[in-house]
Amino acid sequence: MSLAGTLDIQHLSKSYPVKNGDLSVLEDVTLTIEPGEFVSIVGSSGCGKSTLLRLIVGLEEDYQGQVLLDGQRIVGTSLRRGIVFQEHRLFPWLTVENNIQLGLLNADLTPGQKRQAVREHIALVGLEGFEKSYPHQLSGGMAQRVAIARALVSKPEILLLDEPFGALDALTRAYLQQELHRIWQAEGITMILVTHDVEEAIYLGDKVVVMEPRPGRIRRIVPVDLAHPRERAATAFAEVKQEVLKEFSGDSASLAEPPLRTDAVDPDQIRQWQFAI
Amino acid sequence: MSFLHPEDKHPVPKVLRGWVLPVLLLALWWLAARFHWTNSPLLVPVDKVWDTAVEQVRSGELWIALEASLRRDLIGFAIGVSGGLAFGIAFGLSRLFERMIGPTFHTLKQISLFAWIPLLSVWFGLGDAAKVAFLSLAAFFPVVLNTFEGIRSVPGELIEAARVLKFNRRQWLFKLILPAASPSILAGIHLALIYAWLATLGAEYLLVSGKGIGNTMIDGRELFLMDLVIFGVIVVGFVGFALNWLAARLERRLLAWRGRSVAQF
Repeated sequence: MSLAGTLDIQHLSKSYPVKNGDLSVLEDVTLTIEPGEFVSIVGSSGCGKSTLLRLIVGLEEDYQGQVLLDGQRIVGTSLRRGIVFQEHRLFPWLTVENNIQLGLLNADLTPGQKRQAVREHIALVGLEGFEKSYPHQLSGGMAQRVAIARALVSKPEILLLDEPFGALDALTRAYLQQELHRIWQAEGITMILVTHDVEEAIYLGDKVVVMEPRPGRIRRIVPVDLAHPRERAATAFAEVKQEVLKEFSGDSASLAEPPLRTDAVDPDQIRQWQFAI
Repeated sequence: MSFLHPEDKHPVPKVLRGWVLPVLLLALWWLAARFHWTNSPLLVPVDKVWDTAVEQVRSGELWIALEASLRRDLIGFAIGVSGGLAFGIAFGLSRLFERMIGPTFHTLKQISLFAWIPLLSVWFGLGDAAKVAFLSLAAFFPVVLNTFEGIRSVPGELIEAARVLKFNRRQWLFKLILPAASPSILAGIHLALIYAWLATLGAEYLLVSGKGIGNTMIDGRELFLMDLVIFGVIVVGFVGFALNWLAARLERRLLAWRGRSVAQF
Protein backbone atom coordinates (compact mmCIF):
# COMPACT_ATOMS: atom_id res chain seq x y z
CA MET A 1 0.00 0.00 0.00
CA SER A 2 1.40 3.32 -1.00
CA LEU A 3 1.49 6.17 1.43
CA ALA A 4 -1.01 8.83 0.58
CA GLY A 5 0.25 12.37 0.14
CA THR A 6 -1.04 15.71 1.33
CA LEU A 7 -2.71 17.75 -1.39
CA ASP A 8 -2.40 21.46 -0.90
CA ILE A 9 -4.32 23.82 -3.16
CA GLN A 10 -3.52 27.48 -2.62
CA HIS A 11 -5.20 30.46 -4.26
CA LEU A 12 -5.87 28.46 -7.39
CA SER A 13 -7.40 30.36 -10.29
CA LYS A 14 -8.02 29.18 -13.80
CA SER A 15 -9.48 30.94 -16.79
CA TYR A 16 -10.00 30.13 -20.44
CA PRO A 17 -9.50 32.61 -23.24
CA VAL A 18 -12.80 33.34 -24.99
CA LYS A 19 -13.78 35.70 -27.79
CA ASN A 20 -13.78 38.84 -25.70
CA GLY A 21 -11.32 38.43 -22.87
CA ASP A 22 -10.93 35.64 -20.36
CA LEU A 23 -13.61 33.45 -18.83
CA SER A 24 -12.80 32.79 -15.21
CA VAL A 25 -13.63 29.21 -14.27
CA LEU A 26 -12.01 28.96 -10.85
CA GLU A 27 -11.21 31.83 -8.56
CA ASP A 28 -9.00 31.72 -5.52
CA VAL A 29 -9.67 28.17 -4.46
CA THR A 30 -7.80 27.13 -1.33
CA LEU A 31 -8.21 23.63 0.02
CA THR A 32 -6.02 21.22 1.96
CA ILE A 33 -6.67 17.52 1.77
CA GLU A 34 -5.07 15.24 4.33
CA PRO A 35 -3.60 11.85 3.42
CA GLY A 36 -6.26 9.18 3.33
CA GLU A 37 -9.11 11.65 3.46
CA PHE A 38 -12.30 11.31 1.42
CA VAL A 39 -13.42 14.67 0.13
CA SER A 40 -16.65 15.23 -1.79
CA ILE A 41 -17.10 18.27 -3.98
CA VAL A 42 -20.63 19.32 -4.88
CA GLY A 43 -21.89 22.24 -6.87
CA SER A 44 -24.14 23.12 -9.74
CA SER A 45 -23.09 22.92 -13.34
CA GLY A 46 -20.41 25.36 -14.31
CA CYS A 47 -18.96 25.77 -10.83
CA GLY A 48 -15.63 24.46 -12.07
CA LYS A 49 -15.61 21.29 -10.00
CA SER A 50 -14.59 19.12 -12.93
CA THR A 51 -11.93 21.64 -13.93
CA LEU A 52 -10.56 21.49 -10.40
CA LEU A 53 -10.26 17.71 -10.71
CA ARG A 54 -8.63 17.97 -14.12
CA LEU A 55 -6.09 20.41 -12.71
CA ILE A 56 -5.24 18.03 -9.87
CA VAL A 57 -4.82 15.06 -12.21
CA GLY A 58 -2.70 17.17 -14.55
CA LEU A 59 -4.88 17.18 -17.68
CA GLU A 60 -5.20 20.96 -17.51
CA GLU A 61 -2.30 23.33 -17.15
CA ASP A 62 -1.73 27.08 -17.12
CA TYR A 63 -3.21 28.06 -13.79
CA GLN A 64 -2.48 30.71 -11.21
CA GLY A 65 -1.75 29.75 -7.65
CA GLN A 66 -0.41 26.45 -6.43
CA VAL A 67 -1.46 22.82 -6.60
CA LEU A 68 1.02 20.95 -4.45
CA LEU A 69 1.27 17.25 -3.72
CA ASP A 70 3.58 16.75 -0.73
CA GLY A 71 4.96 20.21 -1.34
CA GLN A 72 5.69 19.59 -5.02
CA ARG A 73 3.93 21.48 -7.76
CA ILE A 74 1.86 19.22 -10.00
CA VAL A 75 3.03 19.22 -13.59
CA GLY A 76 1.33 16.92 -16.10
CA THR A 77 -0.21 13.57 -15.38
CA SER A 78 1.36 10.96 -13.13
CA LEU A 79 0.71 7.39 -12.10
CA ARG A 80 0.62 8.71 -8.51
CA ARG A 81 -2.77 10.25 -9.34
CA GLY A 82 -5.53 8.12 -10.86
CA ILE A 83 -8.84 9.31 -12.23
CA VAL A 84 -12.21 7.77 -13.04
CA PHE A 85 -14.44 9.73 -15.41
CA GLN A 86 -18.19 9.69 -15.80
CA GLU A 87 -17.76 7.53 -18.90
CA HIS A 88 -15.68 4.43 -18.29
CA ARG A 89 -13.19 5.25 -21.08
CA LEU A 90 -12.10 1.62 -21.38
CA PHE A 91 -10.35 0.61 -24.58
CA PRO A 92 -13.06 -1.34 -26.43
CA TRP A 93 -10.57 -3.64 -28.16
CA LEU A 94 -9.09 -4.92 -24.91
CA THR A 95 -10.51 -7.42 -22.43
CA VAL A 96 -11.21 -6.47 -18.83
CA GLU A 97 -7.87 -7.74 -17.62
CA ASN A 98 -5.93 -6.10 -20.45
CA ASN A 99 -7.68 -2.82 -19.78
CA ILE A 100 -6.67 -2.97 -16.13
CA GLN A 101 -3.15 -3.89 -17.14
CA LEU A 102 -2.91 -0.60 -19.07
CA GLY A 103 -2.46 1.05 -15.69
CA LEU A 104 0.75 -0.92 -15.25
CA LEU A 105 2.27 -0.49 -18.71
CA ASN A 106 4.91 1.82 -17.35
CA ALA A 107 5.11 0.49 -13.81
CA ASP A 108 8.38 -0.84 -12.53
CA LEU A 109 7.19 -4.40 -11.95
CA THR A 110 8.02 -7.84 -13.33
CA PRO A 111 5.41 -9.45 -15.61
CA GLY A 112 4.53 -11.84 -12.80
CA GLN A 113 3.96 -9.00 -10.36
CA LYS A 114 1.81 -7.22 -12.93
CA ARG A 115 -0.38 -10.28 -13.43
CA GLN A 116 -0.69 -10.59 -9.68
CA ALA A 117 -1.66 -6.94 -9.30
CA VAL A 118 -4.28 -7.24 -12.04
CA ARG A 119 -5.74 -10.34 -10.38
CA GLU A 120 -5.89 -8.58 -7.03
CA HIS A 121 -7.66 -5.58 -8.47
CA ILE A 122 -10.17 -7.67 -10.38
CA ALA A 123 -10.97 -9.26 -7.04
CA LEU A 124 -11.04 -5.86 -5.32
CA VAL A 125 -13.82 -4.63 -7.60
CA GLY A 126 -15.54 -8.03 -7.58
CA LEU A 127 -15.23 -8.92 -11.25
CA GLU A 128 -13.81 -12.43 -11.01
CA GLY A 129 -15.02 -14.44 -13.98
CA PHE A 130 -15.15 -11.42 -16.30
CA GLU A 131 -11.40 -11.21 -16.97
CA LYS A 132 -11.81 -12.12 -20.64
CA SER A 133 -14.90 -10.05 -21.33
CA TYR A 134 -14.86 -7.07 -23.65
CA PRO A 135 -16.27 -3.68 -22.55
CA HIS A 136 -19.32 -4.00 -24.84
CA GLN A 137 -20.30 -7.14 -22.94
CA LEU A 138 -20.38 -5.35 -19.58
CA SER A 139 -23.14 -3.36 -17.93
CA GLY A 140 -22.49 0.31 -17.13
CA GLY A 141 -21.81 -0.46 -13.47
CA MET A 142 -19.39 -3.26 -14.30
CA ALA A 143 -17.53 -1.10 -16.81
CA GLN A 144 -17.19 1.62 -14.19
CA ARG A 145 -15.77 -0.92 -11.75
CA VAL A 146 -13.18 -1.90 -14.35
CA ALA A 147 -12.34 1.79 -14.74
CA ILE A 148 -11.85 2.04 -10.97
CA ALA A 149 -9.59 -1.03 -10.99
CA ARG A 150 -7.58 0.43 -13.87
CA ALA A 151 -7.09 3.68 -11.97
CA LEU A 152 -6.11 1.87 -8.76
CA VAL A 153 -3.84 -0.84 -10.13
CA SER A 154 -0.80 1.41 -10.26
CA LYS A 155 -1.23 2.15 -6.54
CA PRO A 156 -1.83 5.88 -6.78
CA GLU A 157 -1.77 8.09 -3.69
CA ILE A 158 -4.87 9.94 -4.82
CA LEU A 159 -7.90 8.70 -6.71
CA LEU A 160 -10.00 11.38 -8.38
CA LEU A 161 -13.58 10.56 -9.30
CA ASP A 162 -15.43 12.83 -11.73
CA GLU A 163 -19.13 11.99 -11.32
CA PRO A 164 -18.26 8.33 -11.71
CA PHE A 165 -21.77 7.04 -11.03
CA GLY A 166 -23.67 9.86 -12.71
CA ALA A 167 -24.75 7.77 -15.66
CA LEU A 168 -25.86 4.73 -13.66
CA ASP A 169 -29.30 3.75 -12.41
CA ALA A 170 -30.17 4.43 -8.77
CA LEU A 171 -29.77 0.86 -7.49
CA THR A 172 -26.42 0.31 -9.18
CA ARG A 173 -25.29 3.70 -7.96
CA ALA A 174 -26.17 2.93 -4.33
CA TYR A 175 -24.38 -0.39 -4.57
CA LEU A 176 -21.26 1.10 -6.11
CA GLN A 177 -21.18 3.83 -3.46
CA GLN A 178 -20.96 1.09 -0.84
CA GLU A 179 -18.29 -0.64 -2.89
CA LEU A 180 -16.30 2.55 -3.28
CA HIS A 181 -16.39 3.09 0.45
CA ARG A 182 -15.09 -0.44 1.03
CA ILE A 183 -12.32 0.08 -1.54
CA TRP A 184 -11.35 3.40 0.02
CA GLN A 185 -10.99 1.74 3.42
CA ALA A 186 -9.10 -1.23 1.96
CA GLU A 187 -6.63 0.91 0.01
CA GLY A 188 -6.19 3.70 2.54
CA ILE A 189 -5.65 6.32 -0.14
CA THR A 190 -6.96 9.83 -0.62
CA MET A 191 -10.10 10.10 -2.71
CA ILE A 192 -11.71 13.20 -4.15
CA LEU A 193 -15.21 12.77 -5.52
CA VAL A 194 -16.93 15.32 -7.70
CA THR A 195 -20.68 14.82 -7.80
CA HIS A 196 -23.97 16.64 -8.13
CA ASP A 197 -25.64 14.15 -5.83
CA VAL A 198 -25.64 15.65 -2.31
CA GLU A 199 -26.57 12.34 -0.69
CA GLU A 200 -23.70 10.58 -2.41
CA ALA A 201 -21.34 13.32 -1.28
CA ILE A 202 -22.39 12.97 2.36
CA TYR A 203 -22.56 9.17 2.30
CA LEU A 204 -18.92 8.93 1.25
CA GLY A 205 -17.15 12.11 2.30
CA ASP A 206 -15.26 13.08 5.42
CA LYS A 207 -16.09 16.57 4.34
CA VAL A 208 -18.24 18.09 1.66
CA VAL A 209 -16.91 21.04 -0.29
CA VAL A 210 -19.78 23.14 -1.63
CA MET A 211 -18.85 25.21 -4.67
CA GLU A 212 -20.69 28.03 -6.38
CA PRO A 213 -20.49 29.09 -10.01
CA ARG A 214 -19.49 32.13 -12.03
CA PRO A 215 -16.64 32.13 -11.25
CA GLY A 216 -16.11 28.82 -9.48
CA ARG A 217 -15.40 29.35 -5.80
CA ILE A 218 -15.62 27.39 -2.59
CA ARG A 219 -18.73 28.50 -0.77
CA ARG A 220 -18.42 26.39 2.30
CA ILE A 221 -16.81 23.25 3.60
CA VAL A 222 -19.20 21.08 5.61
CA PRO A 223 -17.58 18.45 7.84
CA VAL A 224 -19.36 15.11 8.04
CA ASP A 225 -18.81 13.65 11.49
CA LEU A 226 -20.81 10.50 11.09
CA ALA A 227 -19.62 6.97 11.76
CA HIS A 228 -19.51 4.45 8.92
CA PRO A 229 -21.52 2.70 7.64
CA ARG A 230 -23.75 5.73 7.21
CA GLU A 231 -27.48 5.37 7.24
CA ARG A 232 -29.17 7.67 4.76
CA ALA A 233 -32.42 7.59 6.69
CA ALA A 234 -30.78 8.56 10.02
CA THR A 235 -31.59 11.93 11.56
CA ALA A 236 -27.96 12.96 11.80
CA PHE A 237 -27.51 12.24 8.08
CA ALA A 238 -30.57 14.33 7.25
CA GLU A 239 -29.21 17.17 9.34
CA VAL A 240 -25.96 17.25 7.39
CA LYS A 241 -27.95 17.07 4.19
CA GLN A 242 -30.01 20.07 5.29
CA GLU A 243 -26.81 21.88 6.11
CA VAL A 244 -25.43 21.30 2.63
CA LEU A 245 -28.67 22.03 0.79
CA LYS A 246 -29.02 25.28 2.71
CA GLU A 247 -25.97 26.51 0.83
CA PHE A 248 -27.74 25.96 -2.43
CA SER A 249 -31.08 27.46 -1.52
CA GLY A 250 -29.51 30.87 -0.96
CA ASP A 251 -29.33 31.53 -4.66
CA SER A 252 -31.49 29.11 -6.52
CA ALA A 253 -30.52 30.97 -9.66
CA SER A 254 -27.11 29.35 -9.50
CA LEU A 255 -28.76 25.94 -9.62
CA ALA A 256 -30.37 26.83 -12.91
CA GLU A 257 -27.02 27.86 -14.34
CA PRO A 258 -26.68 26.62 -17.91
CA PRO A 259 -23.80 24.18 -18.12
CA LEU A 260 -20.53 25.62 -19.33
CA ARG A 261 -18.83 22.91 -21.24
CA THR A 262 -15.37 24.00 -20.19
CA ASP A 263 -14.52 20.44 -19.28
CA ALA A 264 -15.24 19.17 -22.76
CA VAL A 265 -12.44 17.38 -24.52
CA ASP A 266 -10.62 19.53 -27.00
CA PRO A 267 -11.02 17.79 -30.37
CA ASP A 268 -7.71 19.23 -31.41
CA GLN A 269 -5.95 17.61 -28.53
CA ILE A 270 -4.53 14.91 -30.74
CA ARG A 271 -2.44 17.61 -32.31
CA GLN A 272 -0.41 17.97 -29.15
CA TRP A 273 0.58 14.36 -29.51
CA GLN A 274 1.55 14.39 -33.09
CA PHE A 275 5.13 13.54 -33.76
CA ALA A 276 7.14 16.68 -34.00
CA ILE A 277 8.67 15.86 -37.33
CA MET B 1 -49.24 -12.24 -34.59
CA SER B 2 -47.71 -14.17 -37.38
CA PHE B 3 -49.36 -11.96 -40.02
CA LEU B 4 -46.86 -9.30 -39.06
CA HIS B 5 -44.03 -11.66 -39.92
CA PRO B 6 -44.93 -13.15 -43.27
CA GLU B 7 -41.35 -14.38 -43.69
CA ASP B 8 -42.05 -16.99 -41.05
CA LYS B 9 -44.09 -18.95 -43.59
CA HIS B 10 -42.19 -18.04 -46.71
CA PRO B 11 -42.10 -20.76 -49.40
CA VAL B 12 -38.33 -20.24 -49.95
CA PRO B 13 -36.05 -20.91 -46.96
CA LYS B 14 -33.99 -17.89 -45.91
CA VAL B 15 -30.59 -19.26 -46.98
CA LEU B 16 -31.82 -19.95 -50.51
CA ARG B 17 -33.51 -16.61 -51.16
CA GLY B 18 -30.40 -15.10 -52.71
CA TRP B 19 -30.48 -17.84 -55.33
CA VAL B 20 -33.98 -17.11 -56.58
CA LEU B 21 -33.02 -14.43 -59.09
CA PRO B 22 -29.97 -16.20 -60.59
CA VAL B 23 -31.94 -19.43 -61.00
CA LEU B 24 -34.81 -17.57 -62.69
CA LEU B 25 -32.44 -15.79 -65.07
CA LEU B 26 -30.70 -19.04 -65.87
CA ALA B 27 -34.05 -20.67 -66.61
CA LEU B 28 -35.06 -17.76 -68.83
CA TRP B 29 -31.79 -17.96 -70.70
CA TRP B 30 -32.17 -21.69 -71.17
CA LEU B 31 -35.74 -21.28 -72.43
CA ALA B 32 -34.75 -18.49 -74.81
CA ALA B 33 -32.10 -20.67 -76.42
CA ARG B 34 -34.19 -23.83 -76.32
CA PHE B 35 -37.20 -22.32 -78.07
CA HIS B 36 -35.21 -20.09 -80.44
CA TRP B 37 -36.76 -16.81 -79.27
CA THR B 38 -34.01 -15.12 -81.25
CA ASN B 39 -31.60 -16.17 -83.93
CA SER B 40 -28.92 -13.73 -82.86
CA PRO B 41 -25.48 -15.33 -82.52
CA LEU B 42 -25.15 -13.23 -79.34
CA LEU B 43 -27.36 -15.72 -77.55
CA VAL B 44 -25.48 -18.92 -76.94
CA PRO B 45 -27.19 -21.82 -75.23
CA VAL B 46 -26.42 -22.56 -71.59
CA ASP B 47 -24.95 -25.96 -72.34
CA LYS B 48 -22.46 -24.48 -74.79
CA VAL B 49 -21.09 -22.23 -72.04
CA TRP B 50 -20.95 -25.26 -69.79
CA ASP B 51 -18.96 -27.20 -72.41
CA THR B 52 -16.54 -24.28 -72.74
CA ALA B 53 -16.15 -24.20 -68.98
CA VAL B 54 -15.36 -27.88 -68.84
CA GLU B 55 -12.93 -27.51 -71.71
CA GLN B 56 -11.20 -24.51 -70.11
CA VAL B 57 -10.78 -26.37 -66.83
CA ARG B 58 -9.62 -29.63 -68.46
CA SER B 59 -7.08 -28.03 -70.77
CA GLY B 60 -5.68 -25.97 -67.91
CA GLU B 61 -6.22 -22.71 -69.81
CA LEU B 62 -8.39 -21.38 -66.98
CA TRP B 63 -5.78 -22.03 -64.32
CA ILE B 64 -3.00 -20.40 -66.33
CA ALA B 65 -5.12 -17.30 -66.91
CA LEU B 66 -6.45 -17.17 -63.38
CA GLU B 67 -3.05 -17.67 -61.84
CA ALA B 68 -1.55 -14.84 -63.90
CA SER B 69 -4.40 -12.49 -62.95
CA LEU B 70 -4.44 -13.37 -59.29
CA ARG B 71 -0.68 -13.13 -58.94
CA ARG B 72 -0.68 -9.62 -60.36
CA ASP B 73 -3.68 -8.77 -58.22
CA LEU B 74 -2.06 -9.86 -54.99
CA ILE B 75 1.35 -8.29 -55.74
CA GLY B 76 -0.26 -4.98 -56.66
CA PHE B 77 -2.59 -5.19 -53.66
CA ALA B 78 0.34 -5.85 -51.30
CA ILE B 79 2.37 -2.95 -52.69
CA GLY B 80 -0.59 -0.58 -52.67
CA VAL B 81 -1.67 -1.49 -49.14
CA SER B 82 1.84 -1.25 -47.66
CA GLY B 83 2.43 2.09 -49.30
CA GLY B 84 -1.03 3.26 -48.34
CA LEU B 85 -0.57 2.31 -44.69
CA ALA B 86 2.79 4.06 -44.47
CA PHE B 87 1.39 7.17 -46.12
CA GLY B 88 -1.85 7.18 -44.17
CA ILE B 89 -0.10 6.78 -40.83
CA ALA B 90 2.39 9.53 -41.66
CA PHE B 91 -0.52 11.76 -42.71
CA GLY B 92 -2.44 11.06 -39.56
CA LEU B 93 0.44 11.55 -37.17
CA SER B 94 2.53 14.30 -38.68
CA ARG B 95 1.06 17.70 -39.26
CA LEU B 96 4.12 18.73 -41.22
CA PHE B 97 3.75 15.76 -43.54
CA GLU B 98 0.07 16.54 -44.00
CA ARG B 99 0.85 20.15 -44.86
CA MET B 100 3.61 19.30 -47.29
CA ILE B 101 2.17 16.28 -49.07
CA GLY B 102 -1.55 16.68 -48.39
CA PRO B 103 -2.49 19.16 -51.15
CA THR B 104 -0.58 17.17 -53.78
CA PHE B 105 -2.16 13.95 -52.60
CA HIS B 106 -5.68 15.34 -52.64
CA THR B 107 -5.11 16.65 -56.16
CA LEU B 108 -3.75 13.36 -57.43
CA LYS B 109 -6.60 11.36 -55.96
CA GLN B 110 -9.07 13.37 -58.05
CA ILE B 111 -7.54 11.95 -61.22
CA SER B 112 -9.55 9.05 -62.54
CA LEU B 113 -7.63 5.87 -62.05
CA PHE B 114 -7.84 5.00 -65.73
CA ALA B 115 -6.27 8.30 -66.69
CA TRP B 116 -3.01 6.92 -65.31
CA ILE B 117 -2.88 4.15 -67.89
CA PRO B 118 -1.26 6.11 -70.75
CA LEU B 119 1.40 7.46 -68.41
CA LEU B 120 2.05 4.10 -66.79
CA SER B 121 2.31 2.36 -70.15
CA VAL B 122 4.91 4.86 -71.27
CA TRP B 123 6.90 4.41 -68.07
CA PHE B 124 6.53 0.68 -67.58
CA GLY B 125 5.62 -0.66 -71.03
CA LEU B 126 2.66 -2.89 -71.69
CA GLY B 127 3.85 -5.82 -69.59
CA ASP B 128 3.27 -6.98 -66.04
CA ALA B 129 5.14 -4.06 -64.49
CA ALA B 130 2.66 -1.50 -65.80
CA LYS B 131 -0.31 -3.62 -64.74
CA VAL B 132 1.05 -4.12 -61.23
CA ALA B 133 1.82 -0.40 -60.96
CA PHE B 134 -1.73 0.41 -62.03
CA LEU B 135 -3.42 -1.80 -59.53
CA SER B 136 -1.06 -0.79 -56.70
CA LEU B 137 -2.34 2.70 -57.36
CA ALA B 138 -5.92 1.44 -57.22
CA ALA B 139 -5.27 -0.14 -53.82
CA PHE B 140 -3.20 2.77 -52.51
CA PHE B 141 -5.77 5.57 -52.36
CA PRO B 142 -8.54 3.95 -50.30
CA VAL B 143 -6.00 2.72 -47.75
CA VAL B 144 -4.41 6.16 -47.33
CA LEU B 145 -7.75 7.92 -46.93
CA ASN B 146 -9.24 5.45 -44.49
CA THR B 147 -6.08 5.16 -42.41
CA PHE B 148 -5.89 8.93 -42.16
CA GLU B 149 -9.57 9.18 -41.23
CA GLY B 150 -9.24 6.44 -38.65
CA ILE B 151 -6.28 8.07 -36.94
CA ARG B 152 -7.87 11.50 -36.90
CA SER B 153 -11.08 10.23 -35.36
CA VAL B 154 -9.59 8.53 -32.31
CA PRO B 155 -11.93 9.62 -29.48
CA GLY B 156 -10.58 12.47 -27.34
CA GLU B 157 -11.79 10.64 -24.23
CA LEU B 158 -9.43 7.76 -24.91
CA ILE B 159 -6.59 10.15 -25.70
CA GLU B 160 -7.06 11.67 -22.26
CA ALA B 161 -7.16 8.23 -20.68
CA ALA B 162 -3.83 7.47 -22.37
CA ARG B 163 -2.38 10.69 -21.01
CA VAL B 164 -3.46 9.80 -17.49
CA LEU B 165 -1.93 6.34 -17.92
CA LYS B 166 1.36 7.94 -18.99
CA PHE B 167 1.69 6.21 -22.35
CA ASN B 168 4.99 6.77 -24.10
CA ARG B 169 5.15 7.46 -27.83
CA ARG B 170 5.34 3.82 -28.80
CA GLN B 171 2.48 2.77 -26.55
CA TRP B 172 0.56 5.76 -27.80
CA LEU B 173 0.85 4.54 -31.38
CA PHE B 174 0.54 0.80 -30.93
CA LYS B 175 -1.78 0.57 -27.93
CA LEU B 176 -4.11 3.43 -28.74
CA ILE B 177 -3.96 5.05 -32.16
CA LEU B 178 -3.64 1.99 -34.39
CA PRO B 179 -6.12 -0.23 -32.54
CA ALA B 180 -8.63 2.62 -32.33
CA ALA B 181 -8.18 3.31 -36.05
CA SER B 182 -8.26 -0.36 -37.00
CA PRO B 183 -11.93 -0.51 -38.04
CA SER B 184 -11.35 2.30 -40.50
CA ILE B 185 -7.99 0.91 -41.63
CA LEU B 186 -9.50 -2.51 -42.27
CA ALA B 187 -12.36 -0.93 -44.20
CA GLY B 188 -9.72 0.75 -46.36
CA ILE B 189 -7.89 -2.52 -46.95
CA HIS B 190 -11.17 -4.22 -47.77
CA LEU B 191 -11.95 -1.54 -50.36
CA ALA B 192 -8.41 -1.86 -51.71
CA LEU B 193 -8.96 -5.57 -52.25
CA ILE B 194 -12.08 -4.89 -54.29
CA TYR B 195 -10.52 -2.01 -56.23
CA ALA B 196 -7.40 -4.05 -56.98
CA TRP B 197 -9.46 -6.86 -58.48
CA LEU B 198 -11.47 -4.43 -60.61
CA ALA B 199 -8.21 -2.79 -61.67
CA THR B 200 -6.72 -6.19 -62.54
CA LEU B 201 -9.39 -6.65 -65.16
CA GLY B 202 -9.12 -3.04 -66.26
CA ALA B 203 -5.39 -3.40 -66.72
CA GLU B 204 -5.83 -6.52 -68.82
CA TYR B 205 -8.31 -4.79 -71.12
CA LEU B 206 -6.30 -1.62 -71.50
CA LEU B 207 -2.77 -3.02 -71.54
CA VAL B 208 -3.46 -6.00 -73.73
CA SER B 209 -0.55 -8.37 -73.49
CA GLY B 210 0.29 -11.65 -71.83
CA LYS B 211 -2.07 -13.99 -70.00
CA GLY B 212 -4.93 -13.30 -67.70
CA ILE B 213 -8.62 -13.89 -67.25
CA GLY B 214 -9.29 -10.53 -68.89
CA ASN B 215 -7.23 -11.58 -71.88
CA THR B 216 -9.25 -14.76 -72.12
CA MET B 217 -12.39 -12.66 -72.46
CA ILE B 218 -10.78 -10.38 -75.04
CA ASP B 219 -9.81 -13.42 -77.07
CA GLY B 220 -13.39 -14.60 -76.84
CA ARG B 221 -14.67 -11.27 -78.08
CA GLU B 222 -12.26 -11.11 -81.00
CA LEU B 223 -13.04 -14.63 -82.12
CA PHE B 224 -16.73 -14.02 -81.44
CA LEU B 225 -16.87 -16.88 -78.95
CA MET B 226 -19.74 -15.62 -76.80
CA ASP B 227 -19.58 -18.75 -74.67
CA LEU B 228 -15.98 -17.93 -73.72
CA VAL B 229 -16.88 -14.31 -72.89
CA ILE B 230 -19.78 -15.36 -70.69
CA PHE B 231 -17.66 -17.96 -68.99
CA GLY B 232 -15.05 -15.25 -68.29
CA VAL B 233 -17.64 -12.94 -66.78
CA ILE B 234 -18.81 -15.71 -64.46
CA VAL B 235 -15.27 -16.54 -63.33
CA VAL B 236 -14.48 -12.87 -62.66
CA GLY B 237 -17.65 -12.55 -60.65
CA PHE B 238 -16.86 -15.59 -58.57
CA VAL B 239 -13.31 -14.46 -57.83
CA GLY B 240 -14.56 -11.04 -56.73
CA PHE B 241 -17.19 -12.67 -54.58
CA ALA B 242 -14.64 -15.01 -52.99
CA LEU B 243 -12.18 -12.20 -52.24
CA ASN B 244 -14.91 -10.08 -50.69
CA TRP B 245 -16.21 -12.96 -48.62
CA LEU B 246 -12.72 -13.71 -47.34
CA ALA B 247 -12.08 -10.07 -46.44
CA ALA B 248 -15.45 -9.72 -44.70
CA ARG B 249 -14.83 -12.83 -42.61
CA LEU B 250 -11.36 -11.68 -41.63
CA GLU B 251 -12.65 -8.23 -40.77
CA ARG B 252 -15.44 -9.61 -38.60
CA ARG B 253 -12.93 -11.79 -36.82
CA LEU B 254 -10.44 -8.99 -36.17
CA LEU B 255 -13.11 -6.55 -35.07
CA ALA B 256 -15.04 -8.97 -32.86
CA TRP B 257 -14.37 -6.62 -29.93
CA ARG B 258 -16.87 -4.20 -31.39
CA GLY B 259 -19.59 -6.70 -30.66
CA ARG B 260 -21.65 -6.04 -33.78
CA SER B 261 -21.36 -6.96 -37.40
CA VAL B 262 -19.09 -4.78 -39.50
CA ALA B 263 -20.00 -3.07 -42.72
CA GLN B 264 -20.28 -5.22 -45.79
CA PHE B 265 -19.44 -4.19 -49.28
